[in-house]
Amino acid sequence: MNNFAQWVGNWLRGLGSISMLAFEVVRALGTLRSAGREFLNQLYFIGVKSQSVVLITGAFTGMVLEAQTYFQFVKVKMESATLAVVGVSMCGELGPVLTALMVAGRVGAAMAAQIGTMKVTEQIDALRTLATHPVDYLVVPRVVATLVAMPLLTAEAIAVGIGAAFLVGTFLLQVEPSFSWWNLVRRTDVTDVIMGLTKAGIFGGAIALISCQKGLHCGEGAEGVGRATTEAVVYASITILVSNFFLTLLLTKLLAML
Amino acid sequence: MIEVRALKKNFGPHRVLDGVSLRIEQGESVVIIGRSGCGKSILLKHLIGLIQPEEGEVLVDGENISRMNERELLRVRRKFGMLFQGAALFDSMTVEENVGFLLHREGNHTAAEIAQRVTDALDMVELAGTQSKKPSELSGGMRKRVGLARAIVYRPEIVLYDEPTTGLDPVVSDSIDKLIVRVCERLKVTSVVVTHDMRTVRAVAHRVLMLHQGRIYTEGTPEEIFGAADPLVRRFVEGISDPKELAI
Repeated sequence: MNNFAQWVGNWLRGLGSISMLAFEVVRALGTLRSAGREFLNQLYFIGVKSQSVVLITGAFTGMVLEAQTYFQFVKVKMESATLAVVGVSMCGELGPVLTALMVAGRVGAAMAAQIGTMKVTEQIDALRTLATHPVDYLVVPRVVATLVAMPLLTAEAIAVGIGAAFLVGTFLLQVEPSFSWWNLVRRTDVTDVIMGLTKAGIFGGAIALISCQKGLHCGEGAEGVGRATTEAVVYASITILVSNFFLTLLLTKLLAML
Repeated sequence: MIEVRALKKNFGPHRVLDGVSLRIEQGESVVIIGRSGCGKSILLKHLIGLIQPEEGEVLVDGENISRMNERELLRVRRKFGMLFQGAALFDSMTVEENVGFLLHREGNHTAAEIAQRVTDALDMVELAGTQSKKPSELSGGMRKRVGLARAIVYRPEIVLYDEPTTGLDPVVSDSIDKLIVRVCERLKVTSVVVTHDMRTVRAVAHRVLMLHQGRIYTEGTPEEIFGAADPLVRRFVEGISDPKELAI
């Protein structure tokens, strides 16, 4: 019971700390201009350097989804609808979630490790003595860069996933391409795309905030940095998966009103 | 001018500073000595607001910085430069980017002005021509000198030194001591040095404060400290351990 209370206490403390960091980031958004170079470095690191991971994830997810759906749909002679299923799934769920999990693993870990190492080697204290707020210089550029990059990476993963699924359906599974395309366009709504990109932005903000918070509050030495890195990836991944369910419910309701 | 009044700081159940009071006048070169773990570096970090006390006040030019938030402190910290024990250079940047960091951030200097001031600061610490090197390519003594250049390039009023000669050989330590004196004399800055190296004390101090059991145990000129009759001060100056500690 004591362990459970301690776990809840730690969880609430962490949530409070991330919320305060988010508040501080919003207040400091105006300082982004003075950290322009750091922002561009982060945008390059998150956006350009994640290309291979995102392309492979998007393509193979689309391909396997096409194949699995085809194997079921062919039994009821609905194979021309498989691409529509892939389209809706990739736009609303798989595109944003899998891209976010990949970015959390690659970028979130790097952010936590980099900021954590700066903390244990007193580089963050050095920033503070140089009249620079660590949130302005380290957190704001990372959060904004992730917010910009995540929807773009997700759109890319969705497009590549659908494209790869189309090729698998047409050339490997012999599905009539014009019917497949027609069904895809008819069944995939613009609200599916809006939902996916909105989720991507929210996941991006969560990944950057959690990773930066873990880095800024990491313990001493190599062990502290290692723990902060692991926790950043684990907490960011759990946050993505849990919040995805609630976001689906909420965004479906909101988008239905449009 | 820096004034510390009845400063108290705990880390967990352990009280590190237990009512420290001191005053440092403008242009003074003050050295704070004491055993390892006695709280010297913690006291130094209080002077620049990197750590906030449980009780007591730190006044910088009459302003109480111990009640300021992080953003208010940024303005006060512009008066300070600090050399960290491990130099704390930004390892992703070159020497030039490290030294010119604050000038770039301020955004009111041209690139040529910044380059000139970085060159001047590196000249002062005798590291001219190292602008394009990364911190990983420098020796321990060179890193400390780059750290010092970074701390003085924007012409602060007060420079804080946290164990400036720790981990360096005697010859490099001597060069760092001479640099501290040179910076103090040429730039007319107030220097606060935390060390347990008595050679540094002899080389740079106008006044020495000894921290013991969370309080200022004694203070005086270097001559008074080196000639003190108090057994605790004598043991520290001569580097003689207490026989009771050996028994443990």
